[in-house]
Amino acid sequence: MKMRLLATSALASMTLATTATAQDKEVVVMGWGGAYTISQVEGYHKPFAETSGIRVVSVDSDNPATPIKAQVEAGNVTVDVASVEYADAIRLCDEGLLEKIDASILTPAPDGTPAAEDFIEGAVTDCLVATDVWASIVAYDTTKYADNPPTTIADFFDLEAFPGKRGMRRGAKINLEIALMADGVPAAEVYDVLETDEGVERAFAKLDTIKSDVVWWEAGAQPPQLLADGEVAMTTAYNGRIFFAAVNDGSPFGIVWDGQVYELEGWVIPKGAPNLEEALAFIAYSTGTEASSAAAQWISYGPPRRSSESIPKTFQGKGEIDMAEHLPTSEANMSNALLSSYDFWVDRDSELNERFAAWIAAN
Amino acid sequence: MADIALPMPGLKTADGVPLKAALARANRGAQLRAFLLVAPLFAFILLTFAAPIGQLLYRSVANSGFTTHVDFGTGVRTPIMVNVRDWFAANPAGTEPDEAAFAALVADLRHGGEIRALGNVGTRINYDVSGARSLFTSAGRRAEDLAPPFRDALLGLDADWARPDLWTAMREAAAAHTPNFYIAALDRKVDVDGSVTRVAPEQRIYVPLFWRTMLISAVIAGLCVLLGFPIAHLLATLPLRYSNLLMILVLLPFWTSLLVRTTSWMVLLQSQGVVNNALVASGIVADDNRIEMMYNQTGTIIAMTHILLPFMILPLYSVMRTIKPTYVRAARSLGASSWTAFRRVYLPQTVPGVGAGVLLVFILAVGYYITPALVGGASGQLFSNMIAFHMQKSLNWSLAAALAAMLLGAILLLYWLYDRLIGIDNMKLG
Repeated sequence: MKMRLLATSALASMTLATTATAQDKEVVVMGWGGAYTISQVEGYHKPFAETSGIRVVSVDSDNPATPIKAQVEAGNVTVDVASVEYADAIRLCDEGLLEKIDASILTPAPDGTPAAEDFIEGAVTDCLVATDVWASIVAYDTTKYADNPPTTIADFFDLEAFPGKRGMRRGAKINLEIALMADGVPAAEVYDVLETDEGVERAFAKLDTIKSDVVWWEAGAQPPQLLADGEVAMTTAYNGRIFFAAVNDGSPFGIVWDGQVYELEGWVIPKGAPNLEEALAFIAYSTGTEASSAAAQWISYGPPRRSSESIPKTFQGKGEIDMAEHLPTSEANMSNALLSSYDFWVDRDSELNERFAAWIAAN
Repeated sequence: MADIALPMPGLKTADGVPLKAALARANRGAQLRAFLLVAPLFAFILLTFAAPIGQLLYRSVANSGFTTHVDFGTGVRTPIMVNVRDWFAANPAGTEPDEAAFAALVADLRHGGEIRALGNVGTRINYDVSGARSLFTSAGRRAEDLAPPFRDALLGLDADWARPDLWTAMREAAAAHTPNFYIAALDRKVDVDGSVTRVAPEQRIYVPLFWRTMLISAVIAGLCVLLGFPIAHLLATLPLRYSNLLMILVLLPFWTSLLVRTTSWMVLLQSQGVVNNALVASGIVADDNRIEMMYNQTGTIIAMTHILLPFMILPLYSVMRTIKPTYVRAARSLGASSWTAFRRVYLPQTVPGVGAGVLLVFILAVGYYITPALVGGASGQLFSNMIAFHMQKSLNWSLAAALAAMLLGAILLLYWLYDRLIGIDNMKLG
């Protein structure tokens, strides 16, 4: 009995001793989970930890904007860097919940072009540095539509020619835009039409035509799962997740690029982040040309830097699949693409989402 | 310590103290000891439960987005929109905003723009008037350049500044404490003339959803009684050896993770799931006409009944264990049929357990949001999903708090009704 007591207390104190010595610097990065986080871990976290010696802790959330707002308002911030959508970043910055990021910390392109010129339009704002361009697209099961695959956004709303259930993200954003585009509104006029009441009515009327056949998803990993289960035949999805499932798991998924809604997303620092220095170093590294091209090898989200276009990217660096044609920003995919308007959504978000919730609940 | 009724009021103890007072004093010591034993638990509940939830519910009547700016870096609180609020105080509701009002507004926009408070102000007004957010933030950027007459200058920036509903919304938001979130939670809004009216039909969500939640929870509680009663009876009447084994079968799912149970229902009930595949394989259902049991109300009800069944079985089991079988035997021996003996002798004795189980299951079902979120689709959404939406997506915590308070109020009302009709003392958990 005494020996056992001695032995267990010796073991316990040994483990305590080992944990006590691990006091390296660290930075906590919050992402969206799933394949997107994998791409960030491979493209940013691991190389950054090697070169700088700062430990990177990765945490996930369905939408990081929510937990960081909660943390800052509660005065208990545990996240240093978070990946958020463009409109959320503008809104949170206006509300004083984010640290300002000085653009001078950003790394220039390999050929010496200063960062300010290398980043695409709007990629760097007061509080946000963009990491990638992502798009919401329509993904479909190729086995269901082998001889007649859908090619336009209107096909998503055509239940006769393309039977089967549909998957859509629960929320007004993106759904209203694609409803209007499917109804014949050209991409350039979508937000003008949506500004008017009749435009909103028109979008909801179009959504009504498929409402009873829709399965609503909330997490980015759900659409590939729904397609794989056979629960839906076509679904809106984040393009990177579909690419990853198709290429990594060999799932029979196809993508309709017509009617894609693309948007920037990037890093923000919540106000009061515990490791501000490390956070800025991480952002400077991960938004560099090399790092963003590396991440683009793991998931098909386009880097927001012009200099990265010349760097060849193949899936996971294996040299088999060229990433260029899978990025939202490549020429072939941009024929009928819509840039999500943060101006519009920052204003109309509350009202349209409430209207959407009422529409969904009404039966 | 029950009060002992003393038959003779004039009784005194040996040292002349009235008996009643002496008894009360003796009791006090015991009561104090009892209270001190409970005090740590009471403090714990107060600190970790009542205080945080109370703080959140307080948000349902207090939103200082329009009145105070908090600098999250330093924690300094600054009053904002002071001039406009003074104008509102000096002029009753319904007054047309005049030059003085617009001058006050411009002064406040300048101040707000400097300290970067207009984002929050705009968000607060945006809850009531869509588009207000960019109105405030863009005006803040250009307020410095405005010159009197301010009314024309501001209207020149954007004609929306003259909208009466905008001024109504600002007047409502000017008071830090407001019932407006409860008004919104009841699908109503405050009109320009100050009256409370219902919102447009396509905006009404909360009240219909509330009734739907109550209905579905009642259905689930009813199903749990129907399914749980026979199981509990079996468990209570079997010899201990077998009933212990069966009890493990009841408890094992209870101890399994909730998410695992919910997702396994998805695997079973989805269109290409196990149940549908079995039905198609046996020819009962055609392949293109599979039964939809997932991502709708059916899915919610089935999954939630399964998850809440142990909460019904356990109280019922405990009560049924205490029912002596001799009563039913006596009833049979006196000539009652099985059904009559069950209905008139056994059933009334189980009422305390049924009451406890139904109350437990109903209250849990009303507050559930994970299972409806995963398997409910559109028609199986419950009230708590709206609360979660406002907490997580729209970040309108005041409205979420108002909805939560409404739910709490409804449950307390039901609890009080239950107490009046059946009596809480008649409830036994075992």
